[in-house]
Amino acid sequence: MRVIQHPILHFQRGREIKFTFNGRELTGYEGETIAAALHASGVRALGHSPRLNRPRGFFCATGNCSSCLMKVNGIANVRVCITPLQEGAVVEVQKGKGDILATD
Amino acid sequence: MRCKRERVIFLQQTEIAVVGGGPAGLAAALEAVKMGCQVTLIDRHAFLGGQLVKQTHKFFGSSKQYAGIRGIDIAKRLAGDLDSGPGKVSLELNTTVLGYYDDGVLLVEKDERVSPLFPERIIVATGAMEKMLLFRNNDLPGVYGAGAVQTLMNLYGVVPGCRVLMIGAGNIGLIVSYQLLQAGVEVAAIVEGDTRIGGYLVHAAKVQRSGIPIYTSHTILEATGENCVEGAVICQVDEKWQPLAGTEREIAVDVICLAVGLTPLTELLRQAGCEMYYVPELGGYVPLRDENMQTTLPHIFVAGDAAGVEEASIAMVEGKIAGISAAGSLRSCTKIDGLLEACRQELHELRAGDTGDKSRRGLEKLRKTMEKRKYAEKDESTGLLRA
Repeated sequence: MRVIQHPILHFQRGREIKFTFNGRELTGYEGETIAAALHASGVRALGHSPRLNRPRGFFCATGNCSSCLMKVNGIANVRVCITPLQEGAVVEVQKGKGDILATD
Repeated sequence: MRCKRERVIFLQQTEIAVVGGGPAGLAAALEAVKMGCQVTLIDRHAFLGGQLVKQTHKFFGSSKQYAGIRGIDIAKRLAGDLDSGPGKVSLELNTTVLGYYDDGVLLVEKDERVSPLFPERIIVATGAMEKMLLFRNNDLPGVYGAGAVQTLMNLYGVVPGCRVLMIGAGNIGLIVSYQLLQAGVEVAAIVEGDTRIGGYLVHAAKVQRSGIPIYTSHTILEATGENCVEGAVICQVDEKWQPLAGTEREIAVDVICLAVGLTPLTELLRQAGCEMYYVPELGGYVPLRDENMQTTLPHIFVAGDAAGVEEASIAMVEGKIAGISAAGSLRSCTKIDGLLEACRQELHELRAGDTGDKSRRGLEKLRKTMEKRKYAEKDESTGLLRA
């Protein structure tokens, strides 16, 4: 959900961008992070903890805590809370700790 | 200069590297440039201003500390000063300092490429991060740091949820609660473990007038929900902060926002070998440093929350001091003592009164530790490569 009206801030959002989350097409805006776009679309669980498989969302939103690691365009362990959303990005929930050699 | 490795890598050099472009780093870079130094300002984000960019509230203090101006506008002003300043700051955004070598070289990553940077002086202004709190299910999505909530709603215009439980009635908890209301989000309650509200009463009055209850002597026991936060169990605590049985109650919320303090981001200082000291009043481990913001490694300076968690206004003055001190160790300038004295006076005023009590206690501990510590001869201990 997005802020509709704000007494102080005026949000100048960039152009609309299409991307996919686990194959599902979603939209966000240029200039925002992947985590912000996902959150605005109602996606809060971004992954699972590698050992106990517990759901994970972001916590710090400044690229510190690594609680928001996802697979983006095939690359594992992307901190989506600080990574800008790009047109056509393929965002997926990551399984385990991620591979570095996989190309799919 | 070339590295020892076989592969030839050209070493970028600079006089002063400032790590972190928040209020402290910006102020440090500005002062150092004013004194004629070559400065490289590094920040891992795409923008300058650090946490100021999401602070929509007006600052207190005197006009010297930008009183009455919103944090977001202070960030713009400081960044503007960098552009229009007397010298040129070389700006490296989207750039992360990965580590420090014993010969004084920083390893820097940008666009997935790693390169060495050799500064003569380093000012570490890396800021702080939100503290976690121990309770059952605290790892559920929907448990967010207060800073994260601010980023989401004030920077990107995305609301964190529908109904929020705020943990902590310090200034951050109070301000973010009010900002949540401004963004159209309901705040179910503010929970505070202490017997009294920690933040300024102006802020507390504002949220209470808006109908948000503040429960002092309360804590959170657990977050409930399967995949995301669906509720929270809170309870009363006794004077030792222990939960009182029978006082538990569940509140339906989809966000639990933690505003239980910050802890300094000191990885780089620690890895470089600066001596650290545990000062709970300053948020945890902080580097030992003198009143010129010089750490135990004489070519490394520190400023802002990385030196101990306080306010942004204080971070800016500490940044000034670090910038002047670092530049002063490279350039002779007759005005330095006067400039530093004026800054120290400013800090003294900012830390005066009840709200500065905790900082003053923490800083006193640091000062005593520094006094006890015997200084090694400066040049012997640095092990610096001379350019």
